Amino acid sequence: MFSLERWHEIFETINKNRLRTFLTALSVASGIFILVILLGVSTGIQKGVQSEFEQDAANRISVWTGTTTKEYNGLNPGRYIQLKNEDYVLIESNYDDYLEYRTPIYSIWGGAVSYKDQNGTYRVEGAFPDQQFIENETMVQGRFIAQSDLDQTTKVAVIGHQMKRDLFKNEDPIGAQIDIQGINFIVVGVYSDPGGNREENRIFIPLSTAQKVFNAQDRLRSLAYTVKMSDDFDQAVALSSALSEQIDKDLRQKYSVAPDDRSAVRVNSTLEEAKRIYGLIDTIRGVFWFIGIGTIIAGIVGVSNIMLIVVKERTKEIGIRKALGALPWSIIGMILQEAIFVTAMAGFIGLFLGVGLLELVGPMVDSAFIKYPQVDFATAMTTVVVLILAGTLAGFIPAQRAAHIRPIEALRDE
Amino acid sequence: MIEINNLNKSYAVGQNKLHVLKGINFSVKSGEMVAIMGSSGSGKSTFLNILGMLDEADTGSYVLDGTPIKQLNETTAARYRNQFLGFICQSFNLISYKSALDNVAMPLYYQGMKRQERTERAMHYLEKVGLANWAEHLPNELSGGQKQRVAIARALASDPKVLLADEPTGALDSTTSYEVMDLIQEINDEGKTILCVTHERDIAQMCRRIVHLKDGLIVKDESVDQVRAKNALNV
Repeated sequence: MFSLERWHEIFETINKNRLRTFLTALSVASGIFILVILLGVSTGIQKGVQSEFEQDAANRISVWTGTTTKEYNGLNPGRYIQLKNEDYVLIESNYDDYLEYRTPIYSIWGGAVSYKDQNGTYRVEGAFPDQQFIENETMVQGRFIAQSDLDQTTKVAVIGHQMKRDLFKNEDPIGAQIDIQGINFIVVGVYSDPGGNREENRIFIPLSTAQKVFNAQDRLRSLAYTVKMSDDFDQAVALSSALSEQIDKDLRQKYSVAPDDRSAVRVNSTLEEAKRIYGLIDTIRGVFWFIGIGTIIAGIVGVSNIMLIVVKERTKEIGIRKALGALPWSIIGMILQEAIFVTAMAGFIGLFLGVGLLELVGPMVDSAFIKYPQVDFATAMTTVVVLILAGTLAGFIPAQRAAHIRPIEALRDE
Repeated sequence: MIEINNLNKSYAVGQNKLHVLKGINFSVKSGEMVAIMGSSGSGKSTFLNILGMLDEADTGSYVLDGTPIKQLNETTAARYRNQFLGFICQSFNLISYKSALDNVAMPLYYQGMKRQERTERAMHYLEKVGLANWAEHLPNELSGGQKQRVAIARALASDPKVLLADEPTGALDSTTSYEVMDLIQEINDEGKTILCVTHERDIAQMCRRIVHLKDGLIVKDESVDQVRAKNALNV
């Protein structure tokens, strides 16, 4: 089947019909090229969105409160729902088994922070040690808030990497004394956040300290949790949304808030959101595959069509070959092998062009939702398999047609 | 060499059946050179197609060199054609994009012969028909007579039992026709069995035996004194 003789025959035919072969190859190559680009872009979208989610733990549940907008149980709208330490304790005692990390948060926006002659305004968050894992922070230097800091209400601060660059320049911030809203704190750690600069402009202090120095008593701004992840993603999503629903219900009951009052109590499950977005990515990927495969099918039909013309054109030649003793399968093999060869070669050219373009342009693309559009090895191999199948499919009908040419009709004189 | 008994063949033409061959009995001995003559519609083309295994008879027996030819599928027909038969056609039927040498080597390729041996043998037959210097030329660079010589070389290349020629001189002028017939006669002199369909009397006279076909039956079967094409050329 793969004898040198056959290849010789095929190269000879291709060489004799260059334009025809070129046009066929062009349609296949562009099909594969488009498929590769689409797949690369969809991978890029996936990576982009994934990195958007990486700034916080993906299994996070956040609880905020605000002002009621709806009348409920005879209570007027416009009440401010204030979270307190007791709410945190209540939720923790109810759902402890399902929670992984947890922290109450008291924060102030626009806290004036200064070090020597450098100053700036940053978000100051009083939190528990677990906040590190909920916010997905990595320590660059020093340590995060510890339980002992909470117990002793120490005035320590953990600053973001961006803050460190702004305030300390090249100085070592660990142990340095900074001024937050007129109160002195000791810097004990520097963190970095996958979310980038914006997320690194926060300063964490122990919750007990924050409530004390900002005169907040037992008031809280928000609560943050992560749910325990199981191996089954769908199961984790179900747990996460059930939990957030339950917390939502508890708080509404406690503060007499209308069930549909979105601004008074908000419980947000990142996992649920993540699932929706991942679902969307899957859909986009599916659509891209569909378009790509469609383009390839158009290419295959093109090849098939041209091979049919080839067979028609070579009817006489094939008739002569059969009269001279060509076996039917050798005719099928000849046409099929030519079709596969043309699609495979053209496909590889399209593949390399597509991958090349992605490699070249990919690193330059830096939009929020597309990151490093690339085609991985597995995808490339898949397209190669698709190619070979496509070639076989494209050649099959014409080859059948060729095998059924009767020499007696082919040889009949005009 | 060829034994044919009570051969029948009919074609369906719409609702009707067209009985083309109505019981032909025919035999050819090894080394004979037989002309098959007949007007158009006499069934001579159908007869040749059956002899050439391009078509199959409805009834009757056909034995070629001791091998009964019946119930052919495409594969065995192709194999027999390659082993037993060489075809020479009116319109030469050379493959236009292959050189004379490659055309001659084609049946050998389908025998599975190695490239080098193939080329050597093809070259040998091209020499035999006097076209050794034209080996690398494409068919459209050759004259009609030269094309037919290439076709003859190709028919000979697989060393077949029988050469089947269908109006071998039909597309050639008379001088070239005689040259080609001269070559065919030489091949016959070397002992090859040749069947030649023609409607030209002078060409038929150059064979050793003439079979006349009319309305699907052999009406006359005569031995003739062979006219040598070489002599005809010199006139």
